[in-house]
Amino acid sequence: MDAVSRPPLVEMRNIYKSFGGVHALEDVTIDLFPGEVVGLVGHNGAGKSTLIKILSGVYEADRGEIFIDGQPVMIRSPRDARQQGIETIYQTLALADNLDAPANIFLGRELIRAPFSLDEDAMEAASRGVLDRLKIYVPSLRESCANMSGGQRQAIAIGRAIYFNARILIMDEPTAALGPQESRQVGELIRQLKKEGLGIFLISHDLHDVFDYSDRVSVLKNGRLVGTVRAAEVTKDDVLAMIIAGSLPSSGLETPRVPASG
Amino acid sequence: MSVKTPTAAQPSAEITHPAKARASPFQRLASSIGIDARLLGMLAALMIIWTGFHLLTGSFLTARNLWNLMVQSSVVGVMVSGMVLVIVARQIDLSVGSVLGFVGMVMAFLQVQVFPLEVWWNWIVTVIAGLVLGAVIGAFQGYIVAYVEVPSFIVTLGALLAFRGGAWLVTTGRTVAPLDTTFQIFGGGIGGSIGATWSWVVGGIAIALIVWYILSSRTRRRKHGFAIKPLWADILVIGLQAAFVAAFVMIMNAYPYPGTTTPRGIPVPVLIMLGIAVLMSTVVRSTRFWRYVFAIGGNPEAARFSGIQVRKITLLVFSLMGFLAAVAGIIATARLNAGTNSAGELAELSVIAAAVIGGTSLSGGVGSISGALLGAVLMESLRNGMVLMGLPSALQNVVQGGVLVLAVWLDVIYQRHRRR
Repeated sequence: MDAVSRPPLVEMRNIYKSFGGVHALEDVTIDLFPGEVVGLVGHNGAGKSTLIKILSGVYEADRGEIFIDGQPVMIRSPRDARQQGIETIYQTLALADNLDAPANIFLGRELIRAPFSLDEDAMEAASRGVLDRLKIYVPSLRESCANMSGGQRQAIAIGRAIYFNARILIMDEPTAALGPQESRQVGELIRQLKKEGLGIFLISHDLHDVFDYSDRVSVLKNGRLVGTVRAAEVTKDDVLAMIIAGSLPSSGLETPRVPASG
Repeated sequence: MSVKTPTAAQPSAEITHPAKARASPFQRLASSIGIDARLLGMLAALMIIWTGFHLLTGSFLTARNLWNLMVQSSVVGVMVSGMVLVIVARQIDLSVGSVLGFVGMVMAFLQVQVFPLEVWWNWIVTVIAGLVLGAVIGAFQGYIVAYVEVPSFIVTLGALLAFRGGAWLVTTGRTVAPLDTTFQIFGGGIGGSIGATWSWVVGGIAIALIVWYILSSRTRRRKHGFAIKPLWADILVIGLQAAFVAAFVMIMNAYPYPGTTTPRGIPVPVLIMLGIAVLMSTVVRSTRFWRYVFAIGGNPEAARFSGIQVRKITLLVFSLMGFLAAVAGIIATARLNAGTNSAGELAELSVIAAAVIGGTSLSGGVGSISGALLGAVLMESLRNGMVLMGLPSALQNVVQGGVLVLAVWLDVIYQRHRRR
């Protein structure tokens, strides 16, 4: 009942990261609860991508701590992140286009038939199952992904995450490469995954998207956290002011480190 | 876009794939048999070249010449499957010819100057030493490429020069000969073939493996409830491949030793080349390693984000390439029955050309062993045919260089056509 005492699914606390003297992140703290979507917004170079790459194990923070379910964890590689149930869906549709759908869904975590052979058939069957669950139809799973539409490819990226029971999903501009129809489908997927209790960090340039799907919005500017607001209690103009001027709205702001109202 | 993502209401079965809808009847037949149309095109090109040379020389399509052609192809054919993986991983290895020469020279030196010649263990020790040396050289270059991040073009260009010099330094330029008699078997000379009976045994095993492979994958697919090819298609494939194997064995058996009627059979270097190609395209192909090489070539970032250890895989690819260059060094040295510091000169060009002609894309991510092997035979056929015609080697180089550019040009057109 008491949501305040329940630890967040993810908490990134006082994160610092610099690249050759340039401070990409300074003292950034954000958190995420199960079944919640937190939007991350800010200008190019505000530090959004750096922040999520630290969570997904691509970069290592210079300073700061990461907690999963209230427990401190070390994330040094994408593999570590995946072990914590953190999956990332990148804006660039990070698929190997020359490989087929099962190969992409299982990339880095292939099913093996004794003694060392890839179990192509089992992976194909499992992929079919995941895509069915997402209600995505792909005509032939053995075709290379280069022949697929943007929506199908994004579904494969999402399928990759949920097959391995991700609990924390990082979506970096998930609809940037998609048309309106396909964006709506991805939006449906976000709602469905949220209902299943996943926590989602949503990074987007598109404030409409952010307001459509997010419960809370964290705004970054020049590597610092401007603040985190409850999406229902602020306007887009409030958030724009935070992004551009770094000024805080009069209401809807939450004080750092106090979780969302429960 | 022509591929639609149907909503639940749309009947999904009616959506046809654009590539299928556009395919010609020939392509449809090829795809239902499961043979790449591109591979068939290469086979056709090879047939045209062979027929052309035969008409020009009258002696190209004889058992003797085809047997020789196979032996000549083996040095490049052994290395080309490694080069496919190197290029697929978006790298290049310019050093294979020099590594071949250096390793061959070291083996000859060990065999003749260091160990007692004609002792039973001599060839075994030198072969193992050569293979280890090749793998280590490859791993070293791979380390510099992957971990120090010097571009492979530069690393292997440096190694091309360095190991050519190294081959000279081993004996300060002296040729080392003759070599161990048993070792010479690897070259395919006198006693370097397995004879008629064993050739048929090898052919029989190959056919049995083909049947087993196709039928077992058919059963597995049925067990998972996937669509399977019509039975006639599978039987046709088995029939074609078995006929191909049988024809190959018959040709190899039709060339006798001089002055006798004793058939030579499959030469040992050719057996090694085919063995490596089969191993690479079945066993290695079914491993994570292979999958990761292709993933790295297709999208290096995606591979890294998926937790693939890109550096480690890159190092392994170069190490494998070095190992195969050493195998080629064994064949070339044994065939010459001498260690010379010029062995393998310009081999890197033939190997890269064979891989590229065989459909390996220089932008990475795409390539096949069977195509590359055909590419090796095709390049060697050109050389062999021009030698039969008595063309000077300078002109041969001009033609081979031109063919390489032409092949890539055709590939560019083919790729553009396919993407539309």
